[in-house]
Amino acid sequence: MRAFSYERAASPAAAAKAVAERPGARFIAGGTNLLDLMKLGIETPTHLVDVNRIGLDAIAPTSDGGLRIGALVRNADLAADPRIRRDYGVLARALLAGASGQLRNRATTAGNLLQRTRCPYFYETAMPCNKRRPGSGCAALEGFSRSNAVLGASDACIATHPSDMAVAMRALDARVETVSPDGSSRTVPIADLHRLPGDEPAQETVLQQGELITAVALPPPIQGLHLYRKVRERASYAFATVSLAAVLVRGRDGQVETGRFAFGGLAHKPWRVEAAEREVARGPAAVSDLVLAGARTTSHNAFKPTLARRLLAAAMAEAAKE
Amino acid sequence: MAPKDIDRRTILKSCGVLAMSVAAVGQPGRAEAQVQVAPQLGPPSIATRLTVNGQEVAFDLDARTTLLDVLREHLDLTGTKKGCDQGQCGACTVHVNGRRVNSCLTLAAMHDGDTVTTIEGLASPSGLHPLQRAFIERDGFQCGYCTPGQIMAAAAMLEEARRGAPSHATADLTAVLSLTDAEISERMSGNICRCAAYPNIVAAIRDAAEGGAA
Ligand SMILES: Cc1cc2nc3c(=O)[nH]c(=O)nc-3n(C[C@H](O)[C@H](O)[C@H](O)COP(=O)(O)OP(=O)(O)OC[C@H]3O[C@@H](n4cnc5c(N)ncnc54)[C@H](O)[C@@H]3O)c2cc1C
Ligand code: SF4
Ligand code: FES
Ligand code: FES
Repeated sequence: MRAFSYERAASPAAAAKAVAERPGARFIAGGTNLLDLMKLGIETPTHLVDVNRIGLDAIAPTSDGGLRIGALVRNADLAADPRIRRDYGVLARALLAGASGQLRNRATTAGNLLQRTRCPYFYETAMPCNKRRPGSGCAALEGFSRSNAVLGASDACIATHPSDMAVAMRALDARVETVSPDGSSRTVPIADLHRLPGDEPAQETVLQQGELITAVALPPPIQGLHLYRKVRERASYAFATVSLAAVLVRGRDGQVETGRFAFGGLAHKPWRVEAAEREVARGPAAVSDLVLAGARTTSHNAFKPTLARRLLAAAMAEAAKE
Repeated sequence: MAPKDIDRRTILKSCGVLAMSVAAVGQPGRAEAQVQVAPQLGPPSIATRLTVNGQEVAFDLDARTTLLDVLREHLDLTGTKKGCDQGQCGACTVHVNGRRVNSCLTLAAMHDGDTVTTIEGLASPSGLHPLQRAFIERDGFQCGYCTPGQIMAAAAMLEEARRGAPSHATADLTAVLSLTDAEISERMSGNICRCAAYPNIVAAIRDAAEGGAA
């Protein structure tokens, strides 16, 4: 690991300021992604600002009937919270499908959102990667791309975002709250937090240097069947090949009347197409056609659109028979 | 002073602030009372205090030092294993403030004031921990390399289950938890066993859970 200096921030404002003051500085929360990447020489911060003692570790009701999840709430605690289990099942399920018990005890809400891709060439420092080394090329385009994106990708990068939690939060329309080094705060809809790779795959989010995520706010509970389906290479402790977060409501005729569908494993961000959801009465194939419009696959991941279709159809069938 | 006159000792003296030392107030789980690590030149160090297996330890180490390396390399608590050093195998599992974590993926400096328990601190003076006994009785290992991590993970996992925390294998997120074998396997999936002693590990954990262990 490259040498770095380290400080323990005492407050959110102090943390934001400390990171803004040094170009090479980074926040460290659970450390489960950042330290892994630092050991491999993929991330090389010169200064770490430890945010583990700045509070922001509570889950509290909001005035509109939703919940505000502090940025430092650990994934394990979020998944075990009785309100999340009762009212936001899709989120509890997504969290529990990710990583391991030990990792979830450390991983934080903000860190999980900002974890970086698992593209094999991003991890292989000897290979070209526009995300790791802008301008060097993309080894995945002609390489082993089973895990890579089929939607929203570019010629510069076909990486996916690996988070399960973020996919459920996208289905729920969560809002990400931040504080900037100048003390101002803003709210970013989760749909806008992550960018598509475009020509600048290293720019993964809309956050500025030193902008600290303070919380994620969930809207009031959405009634219906909450599902998280994750297809992966082994039964546990593996990243999603394709995943689906869904909230489904059945009409009087027993068929699905409204549905929210957000996919993981397909793109550089959780993939949700609201326009497709308005066609839910026309059945799963019609919805999938719209969700997957413009999909571009490689010879290794050509199975992904089919897998996504089947996940969506299975979720609708399950809701109809509930 | 000409550059050639600056010898190693001069540099070391003038860099006293960066001296790396571990002053253990009694070696946790080991006999010796003091560890002094030779001062070295180098990157910024950071003062940290931990309570490891009931003993207070204060040290001043390179900020890069992981909790795992402090335990193994500086406190000689080599029961905690380094398998992958990347959060992928669970061999390095210890308890921090009672919760199981991968000690390889966290910096020691991030744990100032925290309480750490390693496999060396799990048994009580009256004998082995029930999980340790169950692993022996059920033959829950072959080479034994993953075993300290398995046992530390299992001890904290049983506590999580007692609190009713759900898992990916839990059918109803709001019902009372029943710790089936499928639940045990899922909750232990962060611990890889290269010898594939899984059936016996699950059996040992089930025995200990039924005996009210941990
Ligand atoms: C073996 C393994 C398996 C895994 N499996 C899965 C899986 O199946 N599914 C899944 O979803 N994830 C998985 N993960 C990833 C895991 O979920 C992430 O590592 C974790 O969520 C990151 O959170 P953290 O708090 O540890 O982040 P850190 O590593 O501390 O930080 C990650 C990034 O977020 C930034 N950051 C942290 N906090 C803030 C803040 N408040 N404001 C702004 N920036 C911030 C940091 O600067 C850094 O860039 C796995 C990880 C490992 C090691
Ligand atoms: S897909 Fe993106 S992350 Fe993977 S090698 Fe190409 S540029 Fe790098
Ligand atoms: S050594 Fe820490 S998880 Fe493998
Ligand atoms: S007993 Fe050998 S790795 Fe588990």
